[in-house]
Amino acid sequence: MTEQTSPVPPKAHAPSPLDIPARGAAQKPPPSKAAASAQSAGASPSAASPPAAPPALAIKVTGAQALVLAMERVGVEVVFGIPGGAVLPAYDPLLDSKQIRHILVRHEQGAGHAAAGYAQATGRTGVCMATSGPGATNLVTPLADAYMDSVPLVAITGQVSTSLIGTDGFQEADISGITYPVTKHNFLVTKAEDIARTIGEAFHLAGTGRPGPVLVDIAKDALQATTEFSWPVAFDLPGYHPVTRPHSRQVREAAKMITEAKRPVLYVGGGVIKADAWAELKTLAELTGAPVVTTLMARGAFPDSHPLHLGMPGMHGTVAAVGALQRADLIVALGARFDDRVTGKLDSFAPDALIVHADIDPAEISKNRRADVPIVGDCREVIAELITTVTTEHEHGRTGDYTEWWAQLDHLRQTYPLGYDEESDGSLAPQYVIERIGQLVGPDGVYLAGVGQHQMWAAQFIGYEKPRTWINSGGLGTMGFAVPAAMGAKVGLPEAEVWAIDGDGCFQMTNQELATCAIEGIPVKIAIINNGNLGMVRQWQTLFYNERYSNTNLGDRKTELRGTRIPDFVKLAEAYGCIGLRCERKEDVDAVIEQAMAINDQPVVIDFIVHKDAMVWPMVAAGTSNDDIKFARGLAPTWEADTE
Amino acid sequence: MSDKHTLSVLVENKPGVLVRIAGLFSRRGFNIESLAVGPTEHAEISRMTIVVDCEEHPLVQVTKQLNKLINVIKIVELEATQAVQRELILIKVRADADSRSKVLETVALFRAHVVDVALDAVTVEATGSHDKLDALVRVLEPFGIKELVQSGAIAVGRGGRSITDRTLRPLERSA
Repeated sequence: MTEQTSPVPPKAHAPSPLDIPARGAAQKPPPSKAAASAQSAGASPSAASPPAAPPALAIKVTGAQALVLAMERVGVEVVFGIPGGAVLPAYDPLLDSKQIRHILVRHEQGAGHAAAGYAQATGRTGVCMATSGPGATNLVTPLADAYMDSVPLVAITGQVSTSLIGTDGFQEADISGITYPVTKHNFLVTKAEDIARTIGEAFHLAGTGRPGPVLVDIAKDALQATTEFSWPVAFDLPGYHPVTRPHSRQVREAAKMITEAKRPVLYVGGGVIKADAWAELKTLAELTGAPVVTTLMARGAFPDSHPLHLGMPGMHGTVAAVGALQRADLIVALGARFDDRVTGKLDSFAPDALIVHADIDPAEISKNRRADVPIVGDCREVIAELITTVTTEHEHGRTGDYTEWWAQLDHLRQTYPLGYDEESDGSLAPQYVIERIGQLVGPDGVYLAGVGQHQMWAAQFIGYEKPRTWINSGGLGTMGFAVPAAMGAKVGLPEAEVWAIDGDGCFQMTNQELATCAIEGIPVKIAIINNGNLGMVRQWQTLFYNERYSNTNLGDRKTELRGTRIPDFVKLAEAYGCIGLRCERKEDVDAVIEQAMAINDQPVVIDFIVHKDAMVWPMVAAGTSNDDIKFARGLAPTWEADTE
Repeated sequence: MSDKHTLSVLVENKPGVLVRIAGLFSRRGFNIESLAVGPTEHAEISRMTIVVDCEEHPLVQVTKQLNKLINVIKIVELEATQAVQRELILIKVRADADSRSKVLETVALFRAHVVDVALDAVTVEATGSHDKLDALVRVLEPFGIKELVQSGAIAVGRGGRSITDRTLRPLERSA
């Protein structure tokens, strides 16, 4: 893994004096080698033996103090959470930590998404904390979300005391049992002496290999008991050996296929961002001259303005990106997982393509589409090696000639660019609002989205030039992700302009975190694309359910006003200590965005009232072939080959 | 088409590991034919023998998914010809004074043992391959089977090598 994502502290092997509280400055995460050797060192002692640490330095602490000390040692700088009965002991020493800022959220789901937003914006592991029972179960959605999108996250929950576990005690829930399927791993800690090691292991698991959420559930009596704390800790993870170094013969084979292909595509997924491999990707793309498509999770991994970029593939991808994959003779998948939203009907996906599939998770390779050349490894190492091997091919006079391919692709992207129609009744087009936000805020802004039409438009109409500037809930599709995730992103990147593009449906699921933003001084911008409807569901009802709009209208049917007016989002924003603005006309859009951009000491909510009948195009209907993509209702593109 | 595979899975001997594995099978839509779990020669390691009925591609996928579980240390597929595989069965068969000798004869034929005798029944213990135990059940059925309990299969590779050798050498050294 890379410097940014490795959670183990730099001095993992150097004895360091242990004081309570630990020194103020956040420790800079170390290079990957430290993590690797810490792990192999940890694999040695048998499960029964205590952590191998310098005994002379051990100090007497409570389990709760050990927890806080361990979090400081792994470099935690911020925790999003809410205290409660079982986790109370942990909150006491947290008050004294000079290194860790605890942000008191209003709902545990907000804590989880905030930690995910923080993690995706910074590349560091996000941390959230909750009490037992309902506190813990409220974390299930953000854990599942982080699991689907491979976000490094550590959730710490209090559990009832050991003697009460299994008795249906007050606020007892088997949260480790509940979260088995939605975490990379989880722990139930019942002994104080296991806390520090488990925290070390949790951060190591969350941030290395394929990143993901790890939950640590700690019994209250373990937090209260006295133990000895020493650091570093020896990991006891005999079954965890992520492979980061690719097999060089496979990479050579892939390089050869790239130069031999006539119609190659680099299919780039979120793994390229997770592995900090965007610089290598740009080099590889320019070296080969092959077209690039970036999935929803990879927007920003390759500059949108780059001539080799065809845009996003998938259900709402560009005609050029979808068409390129369908007609390719070679797909080089880099940190992507052939999700159904990308492939459409699987058995008709890219019928003529050979597949090179590089991923750090061996289970992703050949899961959906059989790989001809599987490569297990960290994307950065894989791409770096591909650059070397492709260069060698070139030196031997073997270069790919994609001239004809580019002629076809250029035809597609010129004939079918992304676009939208203005509304005939003068009401605001949602795409226009989002496009203008992207243009005025620019490529240095960090953009987040909820789930639905606004998310797709934000993926399509904002130009992303840099990695980690587009954060959304891709795999799970969690409505309500945007507000808390934006809060977390802003905490991680306080200097960045952070904009959440949200829907009026999504916004109503988690907007309580505006109170957190206002009180904690987290000046995010929330642009509500308010069409008064669950817009994406409505779009499907329009297209596939004979315009029978069952339960998608969120508006007040007694008024003529467009959009959701109950609650009044402007008044709601003000009630939450934020600035509330509203915009209903095209001519006001720029002014209101600029007005919001000028405010840097308070969160701003803008209620953009938009037309409800706007639809997301292009579209591949669920369960159909990518070949049946429509670029507007009822309109299928003409592939160049068909006209020849 | 029946396509049985036997997986030997070395796991950390920790609470919840069985649930993680069983849950993974059901969540990913794989059927477990039989599962047996018990201690090994290393206290900190348990061994599961899992028999699955699936084709080659899903088998690879389930193995990869199992490998991702942090508590799973090693997975080996034991080929039928390269391994010894056994199940244990206990059968309570109706056997009164008239039929008892015939029952005992059958039991002896299968090299099974009687482990409990009552006036109207005997309890038979047998070990063997799945097919052998199936055959035993078929011939005892006419006497009347009152109760039957059967273990999952356990299996070990033939020859002198151990699947735990390489996995555990470093652990032994530092212990």
